[in-house]
Amino acid sequence: MSVPQGSCPVDPSQMEALLLDMATGLLALVKPEEELVLLGIRSRGLPLAERLAEKLRALSGAPIPVGSLDITLYRDDLTEMVGSPIVRPTEIPFTLKERTVVLVDDVLYTGRTVRSAMDALLDHGRPRRVMLVVMAERSGRELPIQADLAGIRVEVPPGHRVAVSVREIDGTDGITVEAC
Amino acid sequence: MTSERYVFPHKHLLGIEPLSPRDITALLDQAQAFEEVCERPNIKIVPALRKKLVVNLFFENSTRTRNSFEIAEKRLSAEIINFDADTSSLNKGETLIDTAMNLQAMHPDLIVMRHSAPGAHTLLARHMKASIINAGDGSHEHPTQALLDAYTLRKHFGRLEGLRVAIVGDIRNSRVVRSNLWLLNRMGAKVTLVGPPTLVPQEMKQTWPGIEICHDFDAVIPEQDAIMMLRAQFERGTGAYIPGQGEYSRFYQLNPARMKRARKDVVVLHPGPINRGLEITSDVADGPNNLILDQVTNGVPVRMAVLFLLSHPHGEQVP
Repeated sequence: MSVPQGSCPVDPSQMEALLLDMATGLLALVKPEEELVLLGIRSRGLPLAERLAEKLRALSGAPIPVGSLDITLYRDDLTEMVGSPIVRPTEIPFTLKERTVVLVDDVLYTGRTVRSAMDALLDHGRPRRVMLVVMAERSGRELPIQADLAGIRVEVPPGHRVAVSVREIDGTDGITVEAC
Repeated sequence: MTSERYVFPHKHLLGIEPLSPRDITALLDQAQAFEEVCERPNIKIVPALRKKLVVNLFFENSTRTRNSFEIAEKRLSAEIINFDADTSSLNKGETLIDTAMNLQAMHPDLIVMRHSAPGAHTLLARHMKASIINAGDGSHEHPTQALLDAYTLRKHFGRLEGLRVAIVGDIRNSRVVRSNLWLLNRMGAKVTLVGPPTLVPQEMKQTWPGIEICHDFDAVIPEQDAIMMLRAQFERGTGAYIPGQGEYSRFYQLNPARMKRARKDVVVLHPGPINRGLEITSDVADGPNNLILDQVTNGVPVRMAVLFLLSHPHGEQVP
């Protein structure tokens, strides 16, 4: 999917449909015996993980535990950040041992957030396997990391920002592309 | 939680006095995030201060504060050098400035210092590029103690504003009191200072007009949400101001009889080390209302928050 700058590739009603597709796609990727847990990467990965878990529950009938991961302390650019990094709580009130952990984030771009998230995650336990699900995937990877599943794939030139909005944080759902 | 755009504007933590309510809230919120790290079942270490060098420079004895800082530094993956006054060249006549210059040559990022002279930290801050953290300076300030006290109170009550806190004992010689007065006043708590007239300087009301001073402990107990007992510091000369330890205990010891006058849900704090049987009895210090060991536990995430916020680029950089 290629979108011009400033356009709105996904509107609020489409986002719910994308989440449902992602839930269906995710169930197809895991074996029935795997115990799934979702970890949302703060900030926007968390509400997405919670909504994805609802859809998975509706589809499979089983409740899926959801936790949150704050990756600030694991960022590789922490010392170069301008302003004070604000660390928010990581909440994983369940064991990761032998589970299939699905990391959920809004956008996959350079891959550095996911690299940090994997470091953070492994400090909490040793899962059986780790998967990555994102709402929007774009090109520009700086690390050998790829998503197992993406809501949409957008082609945008460098210097542009793909922004996922979620109603829990931004008041509305949507995906936009802006010049930055 | 503070907003994403907030910038902690200080390079050093020399005291609570220069901090705004927003700065204090930011530190306490960060400490909350670090408490999660400290309570993890597995790895209680995060790489946030990797490759940063922290020097612990203690010119005065301290077990609790120093260990607490060292644990905080280790949990943040910092490189640590412990520099004890006993083993240093200070005994050979080196001045504080010389010591500072020598340390500067090793390019530390943060220096945690305890020194008996108020102002030693300001002097050091002027001569060094590193961020200076005051771990206690004479009877002037002990900012991380006040922050961990506030953190403990906020965690228990969910707020600081409007809390009624009595601070009891050797007010005159206590740096903990001064830092707590700056902090609690700024955050809207109502503080009453309690102790014998010789140990509670009236002029403190000029610096902190919002406070009450009372010499009758029994009279103020019933209305307090929290009672913070101070250590009677005979090593700092408390003895010169009071007739005797027995007399002191009779009027200002927190014991079961006095606890009966207090609200059922009152909490008892003490910065330690405790003189059991002097300012507080064991049954109160170990009783159901005490948060004394919570204070010790909370000291680590609070100090992690201080180290973390100071070790990252600052805004306009006010001291």
